[in-house]
Amino acid sequence: MKKLRLAALLLAAGWSLSAAAQVSRVEDLHYPPLPPFAIPQPERLVLGNGLVVMLLEDHELPLVDATVLIRTGSRFDPADQAGLAVLGARAMRAGGTGSLPGDALDGYLESRAAEIEITAEEDLTRATVSSLAADFPQVFRVFADLLRRPAFDAPEVEVARTQAITDVSRRNDNPGKVALRELRRIVYGADSPYGRAETPATLGAIRRENLIGWHAAAFHPDRMVLGLVGDFQRKEAVALIRQVFGDWPRGAAWHPQPASYRQQPAPGVYYVEKPGIAQSSIQMGHLGVLVSDPDFYALEVLNQVLSGSFSSRLFADVRTRKSLGYAVWGAVDSEWDHPGLASLYLSTKAETTGAGVEALLEEARSLTELPPTEEEVSRARQGLLNSFVFRFDSPREVLARQLLLEYHGYPLDWLSRYRAGIEAVTSDQVRRAARHWRPDDFTILVVGPNQGRDKPLTDFGTVTVLAGASAPARPDVDAGRP
Amino acid sequence: MIRKVFLWCAFTALLLLLAGAAAAQDLASFEARTTLHKLANGWTFLIVERPTAPVFSFVTLADAGSSQDVPGITGLAHMFEHMAFKGTTLIGTKDPVGEAKALADLEAAYQAYQAERLAPRPDAARLEGLLAEFKTRQAEAAGYVVPNELDSILTREGAAAINAVTDADRTMFFYSLPSNKVELFAFLESERFYHPVFREFYEERKVVQEERRMRYESQPLGRLAEQLRTTAFQHHPYGQPGIGTMSDLDSMTMTDAENFFETYYAPSNLYTVIVGNVEAVTLIPLIDKYFGRIPARPAPPPLRAVEPPQIAERTVVLEDPGQPSYLEAYHRPAQTHPDQPVYDAIEDVLTNGRTSRLYRSLVHDRKLAANVQALSGFPGKKYPNLWGVLVVPAAGVTHQQIQTALREELDRLKTEDVTDGELARFKARSKENLLRSLRSNQGLAIELAEHQCLDGDWRELFRSIDRLDRVTKADIRRVAEATFQAPNRTVAMTVRKDDKENP
Repeated sequence: MKKLRLAALLLAAGWSLSAAAQVSRVEDLHYPPLPPFAIPQPERLVLGNGLVVMLLEDHELPLVDATVLIRTGSRFDPADQAGLAVLGARAMRAGGTGSLPGDALDGYLESRAAEIEITAEEDLTRATVSSLAADFPQVFRVFADLLRRPAFDAPEVEVARTQAITDVSRRNDNPGKVALRELRRIVYGADSPYGRAETPATLGAIRRENLIGWHAAAFHPDRMVLGLVGDFQRKEAVALIRQVFGDWPRGAAWHPQPASYRQQPAPGVYYVEKPGIAQSSIQMGHLGVLVSDPDFYALEVLNQVLSGSFSSRLFADVRTRKSLGYAVWGAVDSEWDHPGLASLYLSTKAETTGAGVEALLEEARSLTELPPTEEEVSRARQGLLNSFVFRFDSPREVLARQLLLEYHGYPLDWLSRYRAGIEAVTSDQVRRAARHWRPDDFTILVVGPNQGRDKPLTDFGTVTVLAGASAPARPDVDAGRP
Repeated sequence: MIRKVFLWCAFTALLLLLAGAAAAQDLASFEARTTLHKLANGWTFLIVERPTAPVFSFVTLADAGSSQDVPGITGLAHMFEHMAFKGTTLIGTKDPVGEAKALADLEAAYQAYQAERLAPRPDAARLEGLLAEFKTRQAEAAGYVVPNELDSILTREGAAAINAVTDADRTMFFYSLPSNKVELFAFLESERFYHPVFREFYEERKVVQEERRMRYESQPLGRLAEQLRTTAFQHHPYGQPGIGTMSDLDSMTMTDAENFFETYYAPSNLYTVIVGNVEAVTLIPLIDKYFGRIPARPAPPPLRAVEPPQIAERTVVLEDPGQPSYLEAYHRPAQTHPDQPVYDAIEDVLTNGRTSRLYRSLVHDRKLAANVQALSGFPGKKYPNLWGVLVVPAAGVTHQQIQTALREELDRLKTEDVTDGELARFKARSKENLLRSLRSNQGLAIELAEHQCLDGDWRELFRSIDRLDRVTKADIRRVAEATFQAPNRTVAMTVRKDDKENP
């Protein structure tokens, strides 16, 4: 140890002399320009039945991946059938097709080391297939058959239901997830598709006919976007796609209403008791913005200043300086078609719960009171621009993004606009964007043990004690144990 | 020492099986762009040229993990990992000379405080005075810090996925940069291990304590996994919690971290793999220039402890208000053992995918479980370790029902041959998984570094795939018979207080 210290002193003193051959300070480094590298552009075509197709060849490895985004997801579920899309997607995959029912489909795919998965998300359902290039045409036909003619094999539906219900019954084991779920429920509103969550009761009430109906209504070529990336030849791929999807008729006209959500803030403190654990999970926030918000780029920079790296404010203050936690995070989030959440998160020992809540509130306030400096803004903007290339360094990533842009109706050159948008952001705009943080409107969630706290939660507002879960429908199963 | 390595049978075999002639060309060229470069100080570099997007990723792997921790100072390897983000003697400080003195004073104050604290009968007044002195020194040292400057530089220059991980076997540091910044990488990464600094050590200890609370004291599964390792290993350091016990984290010192660095971060114990749009021709001179400055140090001592054979079944029952989980694990040899491919096959047949036996039986047919997952190479792979199964019971199912169904399947492997289909699926799947792992620069760098370190040759990544073809049905019965025995078993489960049925 002594030796190291001495070495450090010597080096500090004699550094520039001994380091003639190499730089000794980052400031002395000079970087050549990054070689030109265009953002790869997938080819886009539309079949007669409205199916949008995007193709991006990548011949580095003999693999092909395809993704289909379908316009259905948990936000379109009827209120009394929360979980319909989640269960539908699971059951659709598990049940297989007429010629390859559940077990046979699994065997078929696994003997080729191929994969097909279907999952429902909030605002879309995603079906993916991946296989060796040599097997792809054959596997893709099976994939298309599953999308068009799923069997919803009755016993497989029950397996899927058991799994979905078990997921729900275990979701309270993760305190951070409880905090986020409850925050969403209060901020978006319990009746909003963005605030509700499926329960054993809603999952139990869904019948096989409902799943068949869900598929029949949503799975049509004009409600889908298909993308292929990997080791295929364009001409053959287009022929294959036309062959398996070309004769699929369009669906009935469909004009979904935007989902409703609570417009007013819901300030206050909400507490969920979780005994037997060491930390409190703290989550606080209110509505955020849409990707189309005029302040979007300024917020990207502001998010970077607040929480974008180990050197951002939240890490430097709450983690490094105050040592209050390992996991700390915050951002004004944006979604494509509805406001995301503006929220802050920290997990800290029960004994510093109050200090943790205070620290997060202080960070939110300080974005207005101690607005980002020129240096902070320039560092954040430079970081976003310098790392920009990582947003299109893999063809799969490029295709995945283009599919989402197409699905949500955003311009396909969005990524180039993004770069220009970040370049154009001024420090003033970043400082003004801090108004998207409104600490007085915060809904504050604390999930943790009910002993040892350094401060009463009432110090931060009126406290509402919540049961462990939001669903009053089956408290015996879901909410019995906070 | 530079040598180009060209690929031979491993790739050819892989390709014939997997794809066609077109792909063969791609993979062969992929491999021909690999350069091994070992410095005189012993640091091993591997460069894989992958001329796609203008970016590169790297990993620096230190052949030291929590197995190198000793009782009383558990968690040190991981703590050092955190310190490697604190900068260097010059990066992250306002005044290197002043700070070096302040840190020496701080450490002296801590050692004095610690000596009193750990004395048989600490004097309360004296302890308070020493603590006050320590806190004064801490505030003084903090005055020199430019917080997180290393990260700040990297983030500004466009680094992505800056992170590190410590496990029982090794510690890995990684990030990615645009390809015009190779010299920044060479400068910062060499400085990091040439002039490390242990600033903010005592502050960071608290962050790691919060990490422990988060991962192991607030999640039922984290707690259960820790109980499994501390129960299954009674002598080998695999039985120590990798993150450290809370009391060890309370008493660990800056000097401990410096000693750990001196011993285990000798250049000959380090492996750096760079993958991406880089050229060995331009990168190697930079590596020589920056990393070559670091003097050689003696190789660290090998680990001597060997876990004695387990002769009695062990069971841990953990009361937890969360949902119940069931874990069952068996001792097995190290990854370098010739039976490794047989263990791979057993794991695949039992738990991989929807056709696997445990998924079929427990989840699909009998609906006893919502999920079944293999616990592979736990808590490490370098030394003899555990193979196990984690079962997530379906609502209302008892651990007894799970146990009976699970053991039926393990026993069946001893008495009946697996099918041709199962063996073929295992081989096909392993090969495709290898292909998929080649897609990401970062993923590939980690795979190659692990094989270079553990097997002494990165090509083992491909050879190991070759060896899977030689696994026979008789091998699987033999290894299952040797492994799945009651005295070799440790069971760990969580039960709810109100549950009457367990154990």
